[in-house]
Amino acid sequence: METVIEIKHLEKAFNDIPVLTDINLELKRGENIAILGKSGTGKSVLTKCIVRLVQADDGEVLVLGNDVLRMDDEQLNEIRKKVGYLFQGGALYDSMTVRENLEFQIRRTQLEKNKTELRQLVEESLENVGLLDAINKMPGELSGGMKKRIGLARTLILKPKVILYDEPTTGLDPVTSGEISELILAVQEKYNTSSIIITHDIKCAKMTANQVKIMKDGKFYAEGTFSELCESDDQEVKAYFS
Amino acid sequence: METLKENILGSLERFFTEVGSILLFTGNVIRQFFTAPFEHKELLKQGYYIGNKTLPLIAITGFIMGLVLTLQSRPVMVDFGAESLLPGMIAISIVREIGPVITALLCAGKISSGIGAELGAMKVTEQLDAMEVSGAKPLNYVVATRVMATTILVPILVFFADAVGLFGSFAALNMREDISFRLFLSLAFDSLGFADVIPATIKTIFFGFFIGLIGSYKGYTADRGTESVGLSANSAVVTASLVIFIIDLVAVQLSELIYGF
Repeated sequence: METVIEIKHLEKAFNDIPVLTDINLELKRGENIAILGKSGTGKSVLTKCIVRLVQADDGEVLVLGNDVLRMDDEQLNEIRKKVGYLFQGGALYDSMTVRENLEFQIRRTQLEKNKTELRQLVEESLENVGLLDAINKMPGELSGGMKKRIGLARTLILKPKVILYDEPTTGLDPVTSGEISELILAVQEKYNTSSIIITHDIKCAKMTANQVKIMKDGKFYAEGTFSELCESDDQEVKAYFS
Repeated sequence: METLKENILGSLERFFTEVGSILLFTGNVIRQFFTAPFEHKELLKQGYYIGNKTLPLIAITGFIMGLVLTLQSRPVMVDFGAESLLPGMIAISIVREIGPVITALLCAGKISSGIGAELGAMKVTEQLDAMEVSGAKPLNYVVATRVMATTILVPILVFFADAVGLFGSFAALNMREDISFRLFLSLAFDSLGFADVIPATIKTIFFGFFIGLIGSYKGYTADRGTESVGLSANSAVVTASLVIFIIDLVAVQLSELIYGF
């Protein structure tokens, strides 16, 4: 299987305090990796390093074969179009309606599309997340779960090859969390995407991940499939699954 | 003694780091003015918001400014028998100094703080990151448009404030004596020359630029906590107000050098 993301010996420190130390990761096409870990262990920093929202200090981050740490802004923008990022709170633009949020995403990259094509793309994306009714609403009128769904629709509109989910189910009730996890799976099946899912939600990791990694103090402490880690004798690993 | 020295050196280091950071930010924003795509729709939207938000405030303040200035100055001018000079004196005061500075300070309070809070909130809720990841440049779409809008709008608002201020002055004079509007305008504009209007207009362009820039900088560099949204807004008002006075001081010195007043 083709490798879509490969991270080699990634290092990041803030004010001389190491946040990521010697991180290595390989994500193959169609695969989902869930990263578990306590708050402040560097999970979100890792995903931000992948799209260079945070500049890593050392190592290599190869996205679709291109080293994002050593490319110019033009090349980086091209790579970013192929990598979707779902932020913790959805990060919808407050001053725009749901429709405008989605249109904003595509208007820079697909200027040749006419209004009808744009409308179709927006509606198709919203249908994928089951929220076509919310097309003219403002983000302030949406619930937390709806914001995340719209955030996912906005990510999907560019048909990315890789999606990075930053705590997709945090702050949601168990039913909505389950729906979001199902949505992640549905998206993977429909678009054959690969995903890195940062989460605290064990159920979400169980449902969505082919591989689970546990982060501790900026390093991968344990990794394997969900069932392998469930059966681990290590007390710290067990603590996540008890 | 050693601690005091360390504190002073630490403060100086922070100050120069901040100045350096603002200069870099300014350079990047100016570069965005000339970088495609030009976000004309967002510029118009911001221009509308800024004008719409501040116009009533500027109108009321401008009117009171002209009215009070005239009521306060008139008795002294009457004592010296120089009543006829009053419209000219008020016009020069308003156009050269009071109109631009008061309007700029109001805009610092209303616009700069608004931009600081808005961008701070966008930073905290990762909207700026989301824009960046989507391939859009927040500096181009969010910052450059707001800075350009304030740069264009503040001079227009100052003209408006000057006009309303003169009308306030006429209203005050008319309450005390019989003077026609045409005579008032004639006396006021006879005293004004390009040397009064041009330097004042140039400095308002700088006021507008820095009002937008400082609000944007404070919001754009806000920390990740919600507390930082309020701090950005507050800091934007304080810094923008200070910068307005500094620009005014420099502008007065330059005008004196060039026009000899």
